[in-house]
Parts: sequence; C-alpha cells; structure tokens
Amino acid sequence: MDLTQGTAKQKNERAKKMMLWFGIISLIMSFMGWTSAFIVSSSRPDWLKDFQLPNAFIISTALIIISSLTFILAKKALKQNNRALTTILLLATLILGVAFVFFQFKAFQQIINLGYNFTGPTSNVTMSYIYLIAVMHILHVAAGLISVIVVIYNHFKQKYTQENMLGFELSATFWHFVDILWVYLLLFLYFVG
Amino acid sequence: MSAHADTHAHDDHGHHHKETFVTKYIFSMDHKMIAKQYLVTGTIMGVIGVMMSLLFRMQIAWPEQPNVLFEALLGKWAPDGVMDADIYLALVTIHGTIMVFFVLTAGLSGTFSNLLIPLQIGARDMASGFLNMVSYWLFFVSSIIMVISLFVEAGPAAAGWTIYPPLSALPMAQGGSGAGMTLWLVSMAIFIASSLLGSLNYVVTVLNLRTKGMSMTRLPLTIWAFFVTAIIGIISFPVLLSAALLLIMDRSFGTSFFLSDIFIQGEVLHYQGGSPVLFEHLFWFLGHPEVYIVILPAMGLVSEIMATNSRKPIFGYRAMIASILAIAFLSTIVWGHHMFVSGMNPFLGSVFTFTTLLIAIPSAVKAFNWITTIWKGNLQMNPAMLFSIGFVSTFITGGLTGIILGDSALDINVHDTYFVVAHFHLVMGISALYGMFAGIYHWYPKMYGRMLNKNLGYIHFWITAVCAYGVFFPMHFIGMAGLPRRYYTNSNFPLFDDVSNVNVIITIFALIGGVVQIVYLYNFFSSMYYGKKATQNPWRATTLEWTTPVEHIHGNWPGEIPHVYRWSYDYSKPGHDVDFVPQNVPLKDGEEELQH
Repeated sequence: MDLTQGTAKQKNERAKKMMLWFGIISLIMSFMGWTSAFIVSSSRPDWLKDFQLPNAFIISTALIIISSLTFILAKKALKQNNRALTTILLLATLILGVAFVFFQFKAFQQIINLGYNFTGPTSNVTMSYIYLIAVMHILHVAAGLISVIVVIYNHFKQKYTQENMLGFELSATFWHFVDILWVYLLLFLYFVG
Repeated sequence: MSAHADTHAHDDHGHHHKETFVTKYIFSMDHKMIAKQYLVTGTIMGVIGVMMSLLFRMQIAWPEQPNVLFEALLGKWAPDGVMDADIYLALVTIHGTIMVFFVLTAGLSGTFSNLLIPLQIGARDMASGFLNMVSYWLFFVSSIIMVISLFVEAGPAAAGWTIYPPLSALPMAQGGSGAGMTLWLVSMAIFIASSLLGSLNYVVTVLNLRTKGMSMTRLPLTIWAFFVTAIIGIISFPVLLSAALLLIMDRSFGTSFFLSDIFIQGEVLHYQGGSPVLFEHLFWFLGHPEVYIVILPAMGLVSEIMATNSRKPIFGYRAMIASILAIAFLSTIVWGHHMFVSGMNPFLGSVFTFTTLLIAIPSAVKAFNWITTIWKGNLQMNPAMLFSIGFVSTFITGGLTGIILGDSALDINVHDTYFVVAHFHLVMGISALYGMFAGIYHWYPKMYGRMLNKNLGYIHFWITAVCAYGVFFPMHFIGMAGLPRRYYTNSNFPLFDDVSNVNVIITIFALIGGVVQIVYLYNFFSSMYYGKKATQNPWRATTLEWTTPVEHIHGNWPGEIPHVYRWSYDYSKPGHDVDFVPQNVPLKDGEEELQH
C-alpha cells in the first residue's frame, strides 16, 4: 500500500487511526511490564499458589464482552442509518461498561472478605499484583467510557455520517482493545497466577 | 487526486484563523515553533545540568575544601563553603536525569523530529498539531517540577538517575528519598507522557503524510533515525512507567514488590520478600533502549550533514537503514549487561554478552559508512561538519570500550568505576551532544532565518573537542585503577592518592569546556537578532526543507507541496551542472535514479 497517495483529509484520517494503534502498542507494553514482573515474582516464597479468582471477575468479563458486541452492532446500525437503534446500542455499551467497573470493585471486595489485603503492612504480593493490574485496567476502561460518552453526545448532535465517522471508529477500536486486554489479563491471572 | 485539492483542503482549516501572540509563540500548534520551544527549554535544562557537573567535579578534584562557588550556589548545602555529601549525590543524580532525559531525549529528538519530519517528508504539519502542543507543554511542566525538586528542604532525589530501590522506595532512607524523590517520580511520569505523545505523532506522520514520490527508500536518513527512535520510545518508555508505578506502590501504599526485610534507623520494617533486582530488570528494559533514543537522532543528523558537506552521496544508504533497524531491535534484548554484578546467572550473563557484542556490527557499519562518505569528498569544513566528524570520533572511542564493558567477564572488574563513566559519556553523552550541536549549526538558518557566526562556531568546536577528550580520556585510566564512581570523596582511601592529580586535570578541562559553552550560547541568542540573513538554501542541500521560504509560514509551502522524484543524496551526480540536485527536480530524459 502506498501511503503517500490520497487527499490531505484521507491521509490525516489514516494517520489518526494509526496513532491509536501505536498508542495501543505502548499500552500493551506497560501491561507486558506488569505481567512479566508478575511471572518473575511468582517464584517468591510468599506467593499464593492456590488462589481462586473471585466469581465477580467472571461476571464482569461476560459484561465487557457483551459491551463489545453492542458497540459492533451500534456501528452496523449507524452504517444502515438506523439512528434510534444506534442510540440504544451505544447506551447499552455505556451501561455495560459501568456495570463492568462495578463488578470489578465487587471482586475486590470479595478478595478482601477472604482475608487478603492489597496494600499496607498486611498485604500479600500476589494480591497487590492482581489489584494493581485490575485497577490499571479500570483506568483504561474509564478512558474508554469517556470516549463512549463523547460518541453518544456527538451522535445526538447528528455528527456522524457514513463517510465521516472517524471519532466513532476510534472509540470503538479502543473499547475493543480494553475488552480484549481484560480477557487476556483474566486468562493470564487464571493460568499463571 | 490533484495537488490542487490537497492545498485547498489545507486552506480550509489552515490559513483563515488569526494568530495572536499567545497562539503563535506560546500555545502554538505549528511544528516549527514547537521545535524551537523544545530547543530553548532543552538548552536551559542543559545549562543547569552542565553547571551541576562542574560543581561536583570541583568537589572531586579538591575534596572537602571550601569554595566560594559552593557557598554562593548551594547555600545551606555548603556550610563554610564545603560541599555536603548529600547534595553531592543529589547533584550527580539530577545531572544524569537532566542530561539523559531533558536535554538529549526531549531537547534533541523533540527539537529535530518536530522541525525536520514535516519539512523533509513534505507535509504541512504533524498529524496532530494539538497533541504535539500538549506534548511540549507536558515536557515544560515536567521540567519545571524537576527544577522545583532542587529546592526541597530535605534535598532533591539522590538515588542516582537509575533510582534503584531501596533508596528510592523508602522515604526515610536518605534526605533525597522523601519529597525530592516524589517530585522526581511525578516529573518523570509527566515526561514519559510527553515523550509518548511526541513519538506517536512522529511515527504516524512519517508513515502517512509523505508527499507524492517520497517512498520510504527516498527518505533522508534523519527521518529514518527519528522514525525508529520514536518506535523504540513507544515500546520502552511504558515499561519504565510500569516500574515507576510499582515503585510508587512500595513507597506510598506499603506493598513489597521491590523491598525485602529491612532495618532502618534501628527499626524493623514490615516489608518482606521483594527484590530490587526486579526493578533493575524493568528499569533497564527502558534504560538501555533509552541510550539509543539518545544516539539514533544524532546519527541521523550526522549522516545528513556529512553527505551535504562532503558533496557526496551517503555511502551505503540501505546499509545505514538496515543498521538503524538492527540497532533498534538489538537494543531491546541487551538490558542485562547493566546487571552483570547483580547476582545474575553466569549463563544468562553470557547470553546478554552475546547480544550486546552483536551491536558492534551495525555500529561498525555506520562508522565505516561515515568515513567512506567523507573519503575523497569535497569537504566543507563548517562548524556543523566539524561537530559531525567529532561525533564519529567520540562514537568510535566510546564504542570500543563498549566492547570491553559488554563482556561480562571483563565488565565485572571495572563495574561502577570511572571506566564506565568514561565509556557512556563519550559514546552517548558527548556524541549525542555533538550531533545536537551539528544539527543546530546546520539547521539554525531554517529555524531562525539567520546564520550562526562561523568563527565563534570554530572556537566553540575546537575548545569543546579538546576539553571533552581531556575530561573523559583520563577517566579510563583512573577507572582501570579502580576508582569507583559516585563517591563523594576519595581522600580517605590511600589507594587512590596516586590518581588525585588526574582528577584535578579532569576538572580543569571540565571547567574550561563548560565555560566555553558561553561562546555558543552568545552565538545562539545574538544571531537570532544580529546574525547574517540566511539565503534559502545556504548549504546547497538536496532535501525538501530548503525549498520552503526563509520566513516561516503556517503550512510550510506557499503553493502546493513539491513532489519528489529522486532520493535525498544526489550530490555531485554526473550529467548535472551543479553539484547537488534537489529531490523535487524531475529526472532528466534518460537519467537513471541512483541505485543505492
């Protein structure tokens, strides 16, 4: 593909999309940093080897996967010019995302109820890692939620058309990224932790 | 798509808004202004960093002796004019941090990537002018916070620029571990965000906004270097952020990622089981690529300047690109060579030795290509060219000791001595600084529309070159003699009495070299107003930035963006009347593009 071709507008849209992808690479690298530190630390004597992940994590995982699907459907509806359906699906994505965050905190509560602490003198390093990784992920989800809110606002303002939906697409890509990232993290914590 | 539509699309959102003082000079989104902002901020930070090194060099040469300068500049940290040990460590730490990150990363890459990427690839501006502006202002804020940390009552961070725990993780470990370290971490977190935003912009701009005909294999080597540097930044800086976050958890929230059982001031702390070596791994996974983030842009600038001033095509263009890519790849798998004495498994050490020594190959390819580029060239010995040749010289001198230090069996003997200090200062410190100076002398006319004074440039180069070797060459010998780095004083060790004279010589060279930078600063700031007016293409170079008007305009080219028909090194091409053919000149009938 010859990237020197195209109008200034096309070039710029391509650049913005690519910027998000390279940004995602850098975010992946920071999570690589934490997960590889997790692997290195798992040989410590005070590591918890037979820890069961709380079941709220399973619920939240299901929620965020569904939210990705609703976002895909919203994009499809927008392309078919079905504005009302798009609104419903975008709101569903937003609500599912908020519910995801709620269940993440519920999972933290379940862990604390089991008698473990994330921080402070009584903390256990395995739990500190799980907490840190999940909280960092939640921060990214929060950024994604803000972008979804912006998309919903712009949708109400009728800003998106079939030709002009760059912001919509960027938000969708980022949202799918935080979804896939969480699925990866959960599998990682399950199999490696 | 017609070129007309191209300019028109730009006109729609480019030329119509009015520029005020604030939007033009302060919150500017124009890449040329942002480049100048980076350069000036980096220069100010550089002055602070160099002055710190002069202060601690004076302490090393004349240990624990009163000095009026200490009394004047350090205040309560120099009771009766004698430098305090805590502030000595802090000066070393902040000197390293400022020079590596604020001068040679942001000051070098930020300046020249911003200035040259759009101009040399034929783009109106960066892909996102807004993010570019945010990137600069984050850098500015992080610089301010770093400077503020110098005035913290208990002292600035003093754990070394590598901030190994526990010194960095326990607020009560030493004076600088408290608020000073907190501000250091805050500043660096903001710096990383700034660097990432900048890098993202550079990468996508190079990939997407090239003008027609500007294929990747026609790009000037500067652009290749900035491009690959940005990619290394995107991959390695986030890992430093990961490490810093774990460190902050240990510092402030009582976790034990890096801390194990510790007694401090007679008190047993609750931490258990953590490992500072884990931090070293995470830190050096950034730390090593970071030295290539520093050196690659300098390499790119030097390649371009050498070809222009030899009036010859760069030798081995594709080999240059391949070696940049090889260095970038290898840089991410060699971090262990900083940790040979951390108790590393000797087999793992041998793996890191192997990958480290492999870097010698692409580095040698580059060194030979520079030498063969100037070989039998029509050399134009202007200050930019002199600094470029100086770059090759210090890069080879410093690179050779890299082979010694990369070998675990040899490194263990000179680890943490002045030998290491000599190595990295020559190969990345002085070299990158020379690359930056070369770039400034060469592109100053593009930045400010005026020429720098040549004679002051010669004075600047020759005295700097002599002093740089005068400072760092003797360090090899005192390092071999076993003198450890970062020690406040060596006067208590009779073993090192013999080398104390050498330290005096080094400091004298450092002082002269430091003071002569005033000549450069005078040249830089006075030429902005009184320098000779620049012509459009003062060095008779082939690249696109010299086709833009001398007076900066928003959007770079008044009409449509020039198209590109040839690579960027058509110097002294047979069949042409002049010894350079700009990239936007179409091939003549029957003329073949050089196979490079």
